[in-house]
Amino acid sequence: MELIFEPFKYAFFARALFVGLLLGLSCGVLGCFVVLRGMAFIGDALAHSILPGMVAAYLFGLNIFIGAFIAGIVTALLISGISRTEQVREDSAIGIVFTGAFALGIVLISRVQGYTRDLAHLMFGNILGVSPDDVLIVILVTMVVLSVIALWFREFILISFDVIQARAIGLKINFLHLGLMMILSLAIVTGLQAVGVILVASMLVTPAVTARLLTDRLPVMIFLAAGFGCGSALIGLYLSYYMDVASGGAVVLTGTVIFVLAFLFAPKRGFLARRALVIRQ
Amino acid sequence: MTHLSQAQIAVSIRDIALRYPATPEIALQADLIRICQGQRVALVGPNGAGKSTLLKAIVGLLPLERGTVSVFGKPVGSLPHDVAYVPQRREVDWRFPITTLDLALMGRDVHLAWPRWPRQTDRRLAFQALEAVGMADKVNIHIADLSGGQQQRVFLARAIAQQAKLLLLDEPFIGVDAVTQAILFHIIDVLCHQGCTVVVATHDLVTIQEQFDAAILLRREVIASGPAKDVLRPDILAKAYGDPLALFEERTPHGIDF
Repeated sequence: MELIFEPFKYAFFARALFVGLLLGLSCGVLGCFVVLRGMAFIGDALAHSILPGMVAAYLFGLNIFIGAFIAGIVTALLISGISRTEQVREDSAIGIVFTGAFALGIVLISRVQGYTRDLAHLMFGNILGVSPDDVLIVILVTMVVLSVIALWFREFILISFDVIQARAIGLKINFLHLGLMMILSLAIVTGLQAVGVILVASMLVTPAVTARLLTDRLPVMIFLAAGFGCGSALIGLYLSYYMDVASGGAVVLTGTVIFVLAFLFAPKRGFLARRALVIRQ
Repeated sequence: MTHLSQAQIAVSIRDIALRYPATPEIALQADLIRICQGQRVALVGPNGAGKSTLLKAIVGLLPLERGTVSVFGKPVGSLPHDVAYVPQRREVDWRFPITTLDLALMGRDVHLAWPRWPRQTDRRLAFQALEAVGMADKVNIHIADLSGGQQQRVFLARAIAQQAKLLLLDEPFIGVDAVTQAILFHIIDVLCHQGCTVVVATHDLVTIQEQFDAAILLRREVIASGPAKDVLRPDILAKAYGDPLALFEERTPHGIDF
């Protein structure tokens, strides 16, 4: 018990844990749609291309969340705009847009005094440094992400599973896709705080893929992904406190370990279960 | 054919040319196609003849190069409630984590106002549709764990749950068992008796005379259309399929699950 409550004597740890749990929740739920729609690469790309928006906002003295959100929307529009011309494939368009935007971010950040420290925070996250204001923003973002998913749940399922039916019944596919990209940008912006540009895609992808290994039911998958996201944050933060290692890395690595366990031992889709099936046959 | 009033025509197609985005050649052109209400219509023709293309045009999934498609007298795409489309089985992502009942329930989405949360009646209609196709005992099964025939039946259940007046089936008989084929034909008959119009793209020429009222033979254009027995004459079929050997080869995929 002592071990569990000891870190709470530091307010920054309590804040970090709270933010980590909310991020695990929102990224876990949203990640299910990211994975099912085959958008894992887009998640990573958005995380990188948000950088110039954050730096520009920082330079102009605006809230970095606003800058990042705008950059996320611009990226989403650019990717769909370029790939809609049908001269460039979508994955190529993503590759070009996000590297270009990231490079712009690096150029901008090199104009900032003491930029190496700021860059390090953006790249690797600094969840132990979240301010009370940041906590408020993360609460808001989590509420927005979860509400949008709840309100457009059936639409998101349909455009992910059967885009032909979705178009046939008159759903606005581009509008829904953009909506998904917008909440994805929001979730990524908050995730950047915790684990940084490079690892944020893991918060979206790893819990959802782990959950998928354990169930064939979407509602169960969503709950499991949320659970794995929160669990990774919880265990990762304690590990980082007691072992004195980087918090972002510890959170992501915990998620990775859970994935490996599920990959090996999942009852139906696990490596060992499938191996056993082959041997029995 | 020429004296039908507007009310009796389910689908009316005039002078269309269809092309898939980013492909140079026209996939299908047709001067005039009319499909009457309450009929069972077979779309036949070799691979690439434009059967799926025509179905997609009737749902409004393909932009028209020129011409008009109207469904129940309205421009294509304006009556989403009334048109149900069952895709080819190989176009579906069967690994998606949904159950049989979830899939049938999607047929109700078009009727629901945002945020489209299904009501009790929607669940009942979806379940009844699964009962009708003999899948009531499989409601909580993941769709990947069903056989090919069962998968086809669940998609038909989704269309039934939608309660559409025009049902479009794209190659429903490929890779299905005899039970499923019998169920599909039975459902098609029942629906047509209720006034529903059913259009089926099929490779299976053997069953057409018995099971369909009319046939449309395609090969990038309309080769022939009319009562099934008039269209399925060997001399007319040869125009679409080439020599009889090609016709034989065309039919071999039937029954093979790919």
